[in-house]
Amino acid sequence: MSSADIYRELILDYYRSPRNFGKLEKFDIDAHDTNPLCGDDIGMQIRVGVGRSIEEIKFSGKGCAISQASASMLTELAKGKPLEWVKQLSKEDIFKMLGDPDLGPSRVKCALLGMKVLKMGVYGYLGAHYEDPDDTP
Amino acid sequence: MLKTEAIDVQKLRADFPILKRKVHGKRLVYLDSAATAQKPQAVIDALVDYYSRYNSNVHRSVHTLGEEATEAYEEARAKAARFVGSSPKGLVFVRGTTEATNLVKFAWGEKNVKKGDVLVTTLMEHHSNIVPWQLLAKEKGATLKFAGLLPDGTIDMADFEKLLKESPRLVAFAHCSNVLGTINDVHAMCAKARASGATTLVDGAQSVPHMPVDVGAIGADFYAYSGHKMLGPTGIGALVAKKELLEDMDPFQGGGEMIREVFLDHATWNDVPYKFEAGTVNIADAIGLGAAIDYLNAIGMEKVREHEVRLLKYALETLSKAKGFHSYGPSDPQKRGGVVSFNLGDVHPHDLATILDEEGIAIRSGHHCAQPLMRWLNVAATSRASFHVYNSYDDVDALKAGLDKAGSIFRL
Ligand SMILES: Cc1ncc(COP(=O)(O)O)c(C=O)c1O
Repeated sequence: MSSADIYRELILDYYRSPRNFGKLEKFDIDAHDTNPLCGDDIGMQIRVGVGRSIEEIKFSGKGCAISQASASMLTELAKGKPLEWVKQLSKEDIFKMLGDPDLGPSRVKCALLGMKVLKMGVYGYLGAHYEDPDDTP
Repeated sequence: MLKTEAIDVQKLRADFPILKRKVHGKRLVYLDSAATAQKPQAVIDALVDYYSRYNSNVHRSVHTLGEEATEAYEEARAKAARFVGSSPKGLVFVRGTTEATNLVKFAWGEKNVKKGDVLVTTLMEHHSNIVPWQLLAKEKGATLKFAGLLPDGTIDMADFEKLLKESPRLVAFAHCSNVLGTINDVHAMCAKARASGATTLVDGAQSVPHMPVDVGAIGADFYAYSGHKMLGPTGIGALVAKKELLEDMDPFQGGGEMIREVFLDHATWNDVPYKFEAGTVNIADAIGLGAAIDYLNAIGMEKVREHEVRLLKYALETLSKAKGFHSYGPSDPQKRGGVVSFNLGDVHPHDLATILDEEGIAIRSGHHCAQPLMRWLNVAATSRASFHVYNSYDDVDALKAGLDKAGSIFRL
């Protein structure tokens, strides 16, 4: 797969006009992380609604097209879902969401940063701790 | 168009085995020499020769191999010193520029910096010329201050001189910026800093690999450089200083080799520079650095510099035709080293690097270990193309084509 496929219309569209971008006035979950390698920076805020579901979600931050589009698409996917759904979320789900682009090892982290922040926030809210399995020592 | 007026690149490329490599089926266009340079066969051979013919510890062995290794190691020291107009007794082998600044922090700073002192650096520095001074200032209750920059990416000399009025203990700055390319007037800066009573440290990581450098003429108290950016191996570099200054300093690390005599309650120190080279030193890579210096000397550093100025001029002209191209740093190629930091529209540097990689083009993207400078530029990151002797106009043309491709993918 070529870069023309990675940077399809979809990714560029979400990069340039990110959905759910910004901050919530009232929120129950507030998580944030960076990718020190490239300085990508993602924050996520969630308001928890009835049945412990994601009532409102917004993300903020800066970075490459892959990290920003992935985080934005993830907020759309997560909205309305129960918090437990976040626990089931896998990197394969993220790759599928992005249209299975062929990302090299250094760019996979960009794609997964949004999911990592979402999991950190939700696990914390549920009283658990999220350990990123891909964290290198 | 491979030959600049200074260097016959086609002929020279044959000396670098890695340049035969294909990346994604394309010719490797290596434009990341400011991060680390490629190695000529002569350097690789020097390493293999040491390990396969006379591998042995230095300074301690009386046998033939030990004597040969010691001679080669000390010969490398002499070469590394002569290359920057210094003498072997004033050259400490270190891992690189980062270890050199940290050595100065521990061995000079701990002894000479006191509470209330001012330390000065600049906004264009690499983290290795910021963080050690931050740590030192914190430990000692001193203050670290930053000289600002002018819009063209040169140091604001009025601001620099204003800070000198505070009689700083240490003034540390780069000879050449790894992001902006700016070549600072280190002669004048050292003279002014010394007149204010300060000790000076110049970071030569981006100058020594690319231009003639004479530390004595510059007048720096400390001067640091890294071997891996000048066609040498990783893990070796130099801290250059006057012998008397080194003699006046405390040791850096304690252990073998750096001592004269050890008793149960105290020890006395070896002569400089050995006092700062504790433990088994990096023999192979020092010898490899010597080979890299021989290689560069055979070309001539004046020629290396002239070659890069020509490439830089061509690059700034050519790349500026790419849609959305915006570069940082002084516009006069004579005033900057062979690095071009830039952004392309709203394409994030990491996305650009991915697209270029597919064309076999290696550039650096990110903050280049200079986050305070990124903040000053008001960007999160930049892309950076940087040159060495094996680059030529064809590499610039390949980069321009890559930028055009990225521009079209991102619909700039
Ligand atoms: C200007 C400058 N200073 C210092 C360094 C640090 O050099 P090293 O990583 O070899 O210690 C670098 C290279 O990364 C540099 O470009």
